[in-house]
Amino acid sequence: MLDPAGPAAETIARLWWIMLAGGGAIFVLVMALLLLAFRESGAEAGAGARRERVWILGLGLGFPLTVLAALLASALWVGERLLPRPAPEVVGVGAVARQWDWRFTYDDAPGRVTRGVLHIPAGRPVDVRITTEDVIHSFWAPRLAGKIDAIPGHVNVLRLEAWAPGDYAGASSEYNGPGYLGHGFIVRAHDPEAWRAFLADAPT
Amino acid sequence: MSAIRLHKALGRVWASEPGWRGWLTTVNHTDLGRMFLFVAALYFVIGGILAMLIRAQLASPRSAFMGPEVYAQVFTMHGTIMMFLFAIPLFEGVAVYLLPKLLGSRDLAFPRLTAYGFWCYAFGGAMLIFALLAGIAPDGGWFMYPPLTGPIYAPGINTDFWLIGITFVEISAICAAVEITVTVLRCRAPGMSLDRMPIFGWYALVTAVMILTGFPPLILGSILLELERAFGMPFFQVAEGGDSLLWQHLFWLFGHPEVYIIFLPAAGIVSTVLPVLARTTLLGYGWIVAAAVSLGVLSFGLWVHHMFTTGIPHMGLAFFSAASTLVAVPTAVQIFAWIGTLWKGRPALRLPMLWLLSFFATFVIGGLTGVMVAVVPFDWQVHDTHFIVAHLHYVLVGGFVFPMLAGLYYWLPHLTGRRRFFRIGEIAFWLVAVSFHVTFLAVHWAGLLGQRRRTFTFGPDDAWSLLNLVASIGSFVLAIGFALVILDVLVNALIAARGTRNPWGAGTLEWAMPTPPAAYNFASLPEVADRDPLWADPDLPVRIARGEGYLAGAERGRREILAVDVASGRPVQVVVLPGNTALPIAMSAATGGIFLGLLLKTYWLVPLAALVVAAMAIRWVWCLGTDADAGPQAVGHGLRLPLASDSADPPGWWGSLFLIGTSLTLFGSLLFGYAFLWTVAPNWPPPSYLHSGWASPALAGIGSLLACLGIRLAQRRLRRGRLPLVPLGAVTAGCGALVAAAVTVMAGTSHDAHAYDAVAWVLAGHAILHAGVPGLMSLVVLAAALRARLSAARSGPVHVLRLWTDHAAAVTVIGLVAIWLPGWLT
Repeated sequence: MLDPAGPAAETIARLWWIMLAGGGAIFVLVMALLLLAFRESGAEAGAGARRERVWILGLGLGFPLTVLAALLASALWVGERLLPRPAPEVVGVGAVARQWDWRFTYDDAPGRVTRGVLHIPAGRPVDVRITTEDVIHSFWAPRLAGKIDAIPGHVNVLRLEAWAPGDYAGASSEYNGPGYLGHGFIVRAHDPEAWRAFLADAPT
Repeated sequence: MSAIRLHKALGRVWASEPGWRGWLTTVNHTDLGRMFLFVAALYFVIGGILAMLIRAQLASPRSAFMGPEVYAQVFTMHGTIMMFLFAIPLFEGVAVYLLPKLLGSRDLAFPRLTAYGFWCYAFGGAMLIFALLAGIAPDGGWFMYPPLTGPIYAPGINTDFWLIGITFVEISAICAAVEITVTVLRCRAPGMSLDRMPIFGWYALVTAVMILTGFPPLILGSILLELERAFGMPFFQVAEGGDSLLWQHLFWLFGHPEVYIIFLPAAGIVSTVLPVLARTTLLGYGWIVAAAVSLGVLSFGLWVHHMFTTGIPHMGLAFFSAASTLVAVPTAVQIFAWIGTLWKGRPALRLPMLWLLSFFATFVIGGLTGVMVAVVPFDWQVHDTHFIVAHLHYVLVGGFVFPMLAGLYYWLPHLTGRRRFFRIGEIAFWLVAVSFHVTFLAVHWAGLLGQRRRTFTFGPDDAWSLLNLVASIGSFVLAIGFALVILDVLVNALIAARGTRNPWGAGTLEWAMPTPPAAYNFASLPEVADRDPLWADPDLPVRIARGEGYLAGAERGRREILAVDVASGRPVQVVVLPGNTALPIAMSAATGGIFLGLLLKTYWLVPLAALVVAAMAIRWVWCLGTDADAGPQAVGHGLRLPLASDSADPPGWWGSLFLIGTSLTLFGSLLFGYAFLWTVAPNWPPPSYLHSGWASPALAGIGSLLACLGIRLAQRRLRRGRLPLVPLGAVTAGCGALVAAAVTVMAGTSHDAHAYDAVAWVLAGHAILHAGVPGLMSLVVLAAALRARLSAARSGPVHVLRLWTDHAAAVTVIGLVAIWLPGWLT
């Protein structure tokens, strides 16, 4: 996920680096305050009420509330952008998980079923409708997007997009029994020509 | 009377039986606290060994050490043991051992219940360890998601061990929580108003109330899943109207509060130990209490953050994301209040303080990564990767184990009466503190690179290959560190020199006694006028020992404590506690018979064992009664108080109140599950509804009326000094009618046809149990009335019965109407 190959994964990776920097700064601040308490000069002066104001109202309440409000707002904005909203050019595919393989269907090529390899066009948003025939699984292609679970009786939709043609590893990411480790798949992104060829059922 | 003579007199009354029998029959909180601590430590070692197996397996790529089936059992049991058999019982142990001493009491409110809870824990845990050794341990992950753990995909007995064993163990958590709640509210030193209570008392109270409201959803989930597995009732099977997401909701409704149930006691230890080692008082006592309470409340509003990837609408997620980040605020209040306390005082770098510093460094990182995973899009990436594994270890080890170790070293002189001599602990500290970060920073990074949790191996080309070797090496150093802590504690407990009383110069009452403590804690109960009584009056220990407080000695030859008014701490009752008895261990063995019967599917054993439990329970409560009004008892300082058994609200009434609160949470969870299935599960509505006719609803109506009116009339008659035989009979009849109404629901539905029918059976079964219990209780009270064990003063049993009767009428009527309503409307 730190090596994104699509817009969704890139947005999340950027979010991570920002949070890491912010979190690191907060950690250093807290540790500095903690260690300063042990300095030789001993007890710092100040009345009890003022001390409570600084430590509890300021640092305990004010500081996290400010930081968290900012973080929440940006996270909500990012999350909304990642949702599968109707848009032109969106390609629809289906993914059905079971112990332990993946089968994929294509709205643009009814009747086509591929096992273990999900074909998508590069550079276009793809909505994957995910469900399962048996236990809970999770669809995760880390370089392209986050994950979403495959739950019996429910269909979940995940938006993903690959910038460039190529093979991207995917895996089930919810423990599903002894075959869990090998329960992977490949997302194969095609250039427009190869995608047309795939839909026309030519060998790719 | 001299201190020595007081000590001898009290010792005769309070001592446990000598030799091995003492362990089986003790009801003393100091003994049982130690037993809890010892057994919890044992499970920590077992869980730690499992962790080492995991790290050994993951040290190298394509390891042939374990296959996926064995690995699944190992990681499932590691999580299960650490959560259910180590963390929660360790809190129980600390609270059981410390609370009465901190609060200035001689014991907890229900000594036999403490023992019963301990033995349920010991027996239930033994079931799980047996499964582990026999190679048939649970293997579906510690959160046991169906359908993987359902009857189709997990037909073996492994999952049953989890569901049944853990539910058995949870009895002990519920018992301890009732115990702690009533003790904190009612069994404090005279004059210890709530705002003078040691801060740990507040944390224990919040934690206990959280256990009472947090555990019922899991207990319900376990019951439903076991019913599905054993009898095909389709709660989680989508084809028959179930939904596997219901389990996730119930599990995390428990599972998230659970994290704070684990953290809050540790925070209580930090709030207790840190000011003493900084030679000052806690900054912002009121703020910290408010922060602990709001953590407790908020933690129930963020269970969905474990389910961000299940396809819940984004705006719904946004609410839970906000709640999850908001929970960082009361945590921050506490963190900065602690640091402010250090600034205020003159902190000393003793060993407990080292552990506290390590707690700060680790827990702050865990909190920050916690905020990160509360951010929904980020969680979509890292969910179910090793990043989460690392995060939760930072929170749980940093936020629980390290403060507990600070507490261990702080109270070790109290437990042993000795001074630490061998300095292995400092070496152990540095090994643990450094290697922990080596291990789990590497695990974080492996998760970011894409390593999924619960995968049993990886290839040599995977990016996380080297990181796993680093983590494994770190974890083995970590294990050596923990082993040295155990060694340090053992040698210092066994052979170090005797120490002085109150070595840290603390202000709280647990240090006002000789160490190791005597069974009765205080030779007389002190009057408290300050939050730190020992600082206000350094001579207090001597005055206590000389018998200058309340209830000096054991003049009446029985175990006595004081009950106080909840808010003010004004003494109101004398509570006579039961002595040594094998009843708790026998009753928990019989309870184990119920669980064993369910586990082995030898169902004839279940009603048999339940009968034995009921018989023992009757004996249990019968011992509390007396044959005549005792009248006011002298407690010293010219004060005379009634006995609890001569009062309308004995401790048993308070215990019933909180137990009923727990029961209502379970019932609420059940109604939530019903509504959830109705609205979210795909295959609803069911093919047909139960049509009740008019007879069953009439039966339920008459039954509830009869029971509720009967018990009120009984109270009135008793108040006027008359024996309420007929009204009590009405209660019995009313409860019987409620049971009969519920039985008609079962007769009208087929338990495995659809989730609706299955829910109907559970609601009806729930009604039968909850109406049956007060029905039986009313017979016992009737017998007590006939044997002249009731009077206008000794009316406690009738008041207790009223709580249970009203509860039965409410849950029966609401539950049955919930089942009948769709039939009435169609």
